Amino acid sequence: MIWRLVGLLMALAGPCGAQESIVSGLSQSRVSITADFDGSEILVYGAVKREATIPTGQLDVIITVEGPPMPLIVRRKDRVWGIWINNAAVQIDSAPTFYAVATTRPLADSLTATENLRHSITIDKVIRAVGITSEADASEAFVEAMMRVRTVEGQYRLLADRVELTDQTLFRSDFTLPANLTEGEYRVRLFLLREGRVVAEQERVIGVRKEGLERMIFTLATEQPLIYGLLSLLMAAAAGWAASVAFRFFRP
Amino acid sequence: MGNPFLLRNKLIMQIYLPIAEVSVDAFLILGIGGVVGFLSGMFGVGGGFLITPLLFFIGIPPAVAVATGANQVVASSISGVLAQLKRKAVDFRMGSVLLVGGVGGSAVGIWVFAWMQARGQIDLFVQLSYVLFLGLIGAMMLQESLRAFWRSKKPGAPIRRSHVHSWVHGLPFKMKFRASGLYISVIPPMIIGALVGFLAAIMGVGGGFIMVPAMIYLLGMPTKVVIGTSLFQIIFVTAFTTVMHAVTSQTVDMMLALILIFGGVIGAQIGTRVGVRLKAEQLRILLSVLVLAVALKIAADLLIRPSELYSVIPMVLP
Repeated sequence: MIWRLVGLLMALAGPCGAQESIVSGLSQSRVSITADFDGSEILVYGAVKREATIPTGQLDVIITVEGPPMPLIVRRKDRVWGIWINNAAVQIDSAPTFYAVATTRPLADSLTATENLRHSITIDKVIRAVGITSEADASEAFVEAMMRVRTVEGQYRLLADRVELTDQTLFRSDFTLPANLTEGEYRVRLFLLREGRVVAEQERVIGVRKEGLERMIFTLATEQPLIYGLLSLLMAAAAGWAASVAFRFFRP
Repeated sequence: MGNPFLLRNKLIMQIYLPIAEVSVDAFLILGIGGVVGFLSGMFGVGGGFLITPLLFFIGIPPAVAVATGANQVVASSISGVLAQLKRKAVDFRMGSVLLVGGVGGSAVGIWVFAWMQARGQIDLFVQLSYVLFLGLIGAMMLQESLRAFWRSKKPGAPIRRSHVHSWVHGLPFKMKFRASGLYISVIPPMIIGALVGFLAAIMGVGGGFIMVPAMIYLLGMPTKVVIGTSLFQIIFVTAFTTVMHAVTSQTVDMMLALILIFGGVIGAQIGTRVGVRLKAEQLRILLSVLVLAVALKIAADLLIRPSELYSVIPMVLP
C-alpha cells in the first residue's frame, strides 16, 4: 500500500515514466497459410530502453495479439413450447477473431482498471471499445456469452505469467497461433507498466496470408464463383467416374 | 501397438481448408466421406442428411458444410449410378420425369426458404421438418419392411402385391417405364418429383430418403431399380445446389470436397456391392433404422436443454 502510494506520488511528481521506452522484435512478421498449416509459434521479444537509472515501482510487461475484427451474431436458445430453439440474437459489429493477452504477473496485480479502460487491453474492453452500440439492453449477457464461448474454443486467451522479464530489462513471450487462423493483419501491442500504469506502448503487425494452392482456391472462389462452382462439379464427376472405372478394373 | 505417438504420427495429417478456414485431420474427413458414400451406394440416398451434421460436428462452419456436402453427394451419386448402370438398374425415363417435377418443386421451395429466412425462423422450420419427415418415413418403412421380413420367413403365407390397381391407373398421359416394368400415367411421378424437390430445397438435401420410399410405396417400382433411379435424379438436384451455393455465398470448399469425394466414391462402390448381397427387406429395414436414428437425434437436440445456450456465428462480410 505504501509502495503503491510512493509510486503514485513519483508518477505525479516527475516525468520519470517517459524515460522508459520499448525496443522489440518478432520472430516472424509474416505467417503463410499453406495446405499443411498447423498453427504457428510467434516469439515476441524486446528490451526496456532507458536513459536514466532504473526508476522504482513494480515493472510489468503486457503483450496482446489481436486477429482481424469480424462482425458476428450471438444467438440464445430458449425453451418455447417445450423445445429449445434459437430465440433472441444480438449482432456484434466488430470482434477480433483471435485475442491473446500475456502478462508478467496476474492481470489484476499489474494493470489498474482505469488504464485497462484507457488502452483497451483485456478482451472485454477491446469489444466494448468498438463492438456494440445498438440493442443495448440485453446485449451485456450476449457479449459475456460470446467471450465465454470463444475462450472455451481457444480463440480468446489470457496468458498470465507468460511474459518472462529479466533484470527489469529483457522480456520475451511465446504465442501459439491456432490452426484455424483467419487471414488478415494481426496487431501485436506491447505495454510497459509501472505500478499498474502504462508508461510506454508499442505496436507491431504480423501479416497472415494464404499461400500457394490455398491462395489459388480462395481467389478463384471469390473472383470467379461460377467457374469455381462448375470446376467443383467437374471434379466431382471425374472422381465419381474414375472410382467406378477403377473398381471395375480391380474387381471384375 | 502401445505407442500412441507413433500412432499419432501415422494417422493424423492436418490439412488447412481455404474456404472453411479451419485445419482438420484429412483422415477423419476421408472416413466421413467413406461412410456416407457407403450408405449412399447401398441405399440410393445422397447422404446429405448425414454429411451436413457430421461436418458441423467436427467444426466446419454450417454454411460450408451444407454447400460442400452437396458437392460430395454429386460425386458419390455419379459413382453409385455408374455401378448400378452395369446391373441395368437405372430407369432413365422415370428419373427424367421425376426430375422435371423436381425442378419445378425446388424452384417453389427456394422461394419459400427465402421467405422463411426473412421471417427469421428458418432454423426451427428446417429442424422440425427433419424430425417430422425423417420420423414419419422411417417409422412407416420400418413397420412395412418388418412385416415383409416376417412374411418372407413364413412360407405359405399370402403374398401381398407391391402395388394395387387403383384410380391412379386411370389417369391420362400413360407412359411405359420398361426398366421399372410399369405402364402408368406421368402425373403421379411428376407430382412426387415436385413434392420431393420442394422439401429438398427447404431442407437443403438431395431428397433421396424421401424419394426412395415414395418410389417403392407410391409408384410401386421394384426396389432394385429404385436405388439407381433415385441416385440418377439426385445428381442433377445436388449439382444445381452446388453451383447455386458457389455463386451466391461462395461456401463450397474445394479442398474439403476433394477429400470427402475421395472417400465417398470408394465408399459408394463398396456400398453398392454390399447392397446387392442384401435382401430387399433387409435393405429397407436398415435404411429405416438409419433414418429413424437421425430423426431421434435431431428431436433430442430440440428437447434436451443444451449445456451452452449461446452460440456465436460469424457473419459473412457483404
